[in-house]
Amino acid sequence: MTGAGRMLPGEPAGERFRRLGDRLDHPNGGGRRRGVRRDGGPYPGRVGDAPAPVPPATFASYYGRPILKAPVWRYDIPAYLFCGGLAAGSALLAAGADLTGHDALRRATRIVGLGALGAGTYFLINDLGRPARFHHMLRVAKPTSPMSVGTWILACFGPSAGVAAVTELAPLLPRHGVSGLLGRLVPRVGRAAGLVSAAVAPAVATYTGVLLADTAVPSWHDAYPGLPTLFAGGALVAGAGAALVTTPTGQAGPARRLAVAGAVLERLAARRISRMGLTAEPYRRGHAGRLLRAGRLLLAAGTAGALLGRRSRAVSVLSGAALLASSALVRFGVFAAGVASARDPRYTVLPQRERLARRRAEAGPPRDGAARPTP
Amino acid sequence: MVEPHTAVPVDPAARAGYLAPPPRMGFFTDTSLCIGCKACEVACKEWNLVPGSGLDLLGMSYDNTGALTANSWRHVAFVEQPRPVGWQTTAPLAGLPTGPPAAPTTAGVGGAVAPEQGTLPGVVPASDAAPAARMADGAAFPGTPGTPPSGSGDRGRRAELRWLMMSDVCKHCTEAACLDVCPTGALFRTEFGTVVVQEDICNGCGYCIPACPYGVIDQRRGDGRAWKCTLCYDRIRVGRTPACAQACPTESIQYGELDDLRRRARARVERLHADGVTEARLYGHDPNDGVGGDGAFFLLLDEPEVYGLPPDPVVTTRDLPRMWRRAAVAALAMAVATVTAFLGRAR
Repeated sequence: MTGAGRMLPGEPAGERFRRLGDRLDHPNGGGRRRGVRRDGGPYPGRVGDAPAPVPPATFASYYGRPILKAPVWRYDIPAYLFCGGLAAGSALLAAGADLTGHDALRRATRIVGLGALGAGTYFLINDLGRPARFHHMLRVAKPTSPMSVGTWILACFGPSAGVAAVTELAPLLPRHGVSGLLGRLVPRVGRAAGLVSAAVAPAVATYTGVLLADTAVPSWHDAYPGLPTLFAGGALVAGAGAALVTTPTGQAGPARRLAVAGAVLERLAARRISRMGLTAEPYRRGHAGRLLRAGRLLLAAGTAGALLGRRSRAVSVLSGAALLASSALVRFGVFAAGVASARDPRYTVLPQRERLARRRAEAGPPRDGAARPTP
Repeated sequence: MVEPHTAVPVDPAARAGYLAPPPRMGFFTDTSLCIGCKACEVACKEWNLVPGSGLDLLGMSYDNTGALTANSWRHVAFVEQPRPVGWQTTAPLAGLPTGPPAAPTTAGVGGAVAPEQGTLPGVVPASDAAPAARMADGAAFPGTPGTPPSGSGDRGRRAELRWLMMSDVCKHCTEAACLDVCPTGALFRTEFGTVVVQEDICNGCGYCIPACPYGVIDQRRGDGRAWKCTLCYDRIRVGRTPACAQACPTESIQYGELDDLRRRARARVERLHADGVTEARLYGHDPNDGVGGDGAFFLLLDEPEVYGLPPDPVVTTRDLPRMWRRAAVAALAMAVATVTAFLGRAR
């Protein structure tokens, strides 16, 4: 309807619509510049400026077996991803609540944060092949290893979040004498520790995106532009959800707003991941697809409940629980998608074949006779 | 597209901080000479005290090892295809059965077998029979020179067939993802430019396993640690040849200085091309590839994926700086969202 009025002179009818259609078919979702790296190459999983060629349906693989080894991590790892996100979201809420005088919110989020941190640490150590050697992680600090970086991030976050939670016990101290003096000092220590943990919290929530992406697992590696944001959003959603469950409605206002912000971040990142081409497929299919769809539905329900049920404690608790469950389901879903993509040689061979074909087309006829068969 | 990371071949040992390291050592595995005897697998197990991986018959071919695992540091792949090697033809032999060689369906059925070999993830079954069938068909890539149309080998007499055999091993990449991501420092670069796991340091975190673009390193069940080929670090330190190369009866596995091996490999490919085996090509020899070149590289007679090798592997840490930038942006977004959520109340 509107297109007719803005048609350029001499342009055949329907031309703009066809162009729009072409752009929507583009693996990039129609963006002109998005999806192109600064150095000119496309992001992984994307196929350059040309419309996506239909991936060759045929590929061979040694007895059809996977080329990559799938992660041997058990469900401890997605459980840790959830707990770490929950602890990070809680630490941010606790620091904000502390500075703005939301005492009930601060108390609840600090305690939830400590619980999540404890559970997450357990999951991390339990997943090791040699749990008694967990301290070997502290031998080195390696910037090339996201797991090493994460170890040191957690080493900063854990003690500060723990101290902040323990200071919530201050009201239990007697009011007079030395312990009374301590009792007055403790909230300041708690505030300082809480601020330190809040400063580290965004790193706790986002390094895990890099942790998964920095592997050869096709659906994780190709998703590197989206995974940290997805986990950042999920951490805010989980922290806000826990706060809605544990805090009286009068003090949960910031948590409601944070739930919405987290949901927006998470959905933006999820859309970005869903557009990345062949390696986005495992996020839609099978077990992973079901987990992620359930997570999306619960996210919508929880966000709606958080916004609309601000007067009702029951609705707040329910929507908080939905947000927590959504955050957990998304972590398990992303994990399952990665494992599925590593187990199917299709996601290893086809994108690499495409990359090779593109490079050979750019390079022209082969120069190195040794590398290519010469007829 | 993947930009060449380095223009000049780098010595990984020098980059790792060794002062005046010895020449980089490696393997050149020439599959055109492999007879599939598996002496390399046995010698490796014996020398390195690698546990047995069971006596399962996979039923897919003469390969009953299946894949490189924590308990198999050499793996001899075996593929039967209905096409000749180069220009050779097989004369019909009187009294012997005619007809097609191993059927693509057989390969598909064999690929579905999942033996327990005491490792994780170990030998994993195929999710789809079609890629296995295409591997056995020998005509997966009709455009490849020298590839006859499927089934054309059978001219009403004994079918044409060839056996592809390849002894696979850890590639000891110039840019090794397993080494980059190891959070304990258990994986290290030796003075010979090889990559070795220290078994007294590894805590079984499992990060190296999905990081490897070749699917080499694997976790031993019960033991919990990651294991792979060490290029016989103990042997080469005292000037001996690694056990597999020592045991190889046809010199399909050649051990030596990497520069020397690359020269030898180029000469061998030229020789094979001149002899009409136009499908011969090198794999992993190029210092400009996605992993900076392999310390253990191969001469193949078909596309890499037919042997279970990735066609264009890239070290995952090449994108790591970009990943950290994304994480920083996401972390900033979290902080801004939190501040906004609390400011909204104050207004």
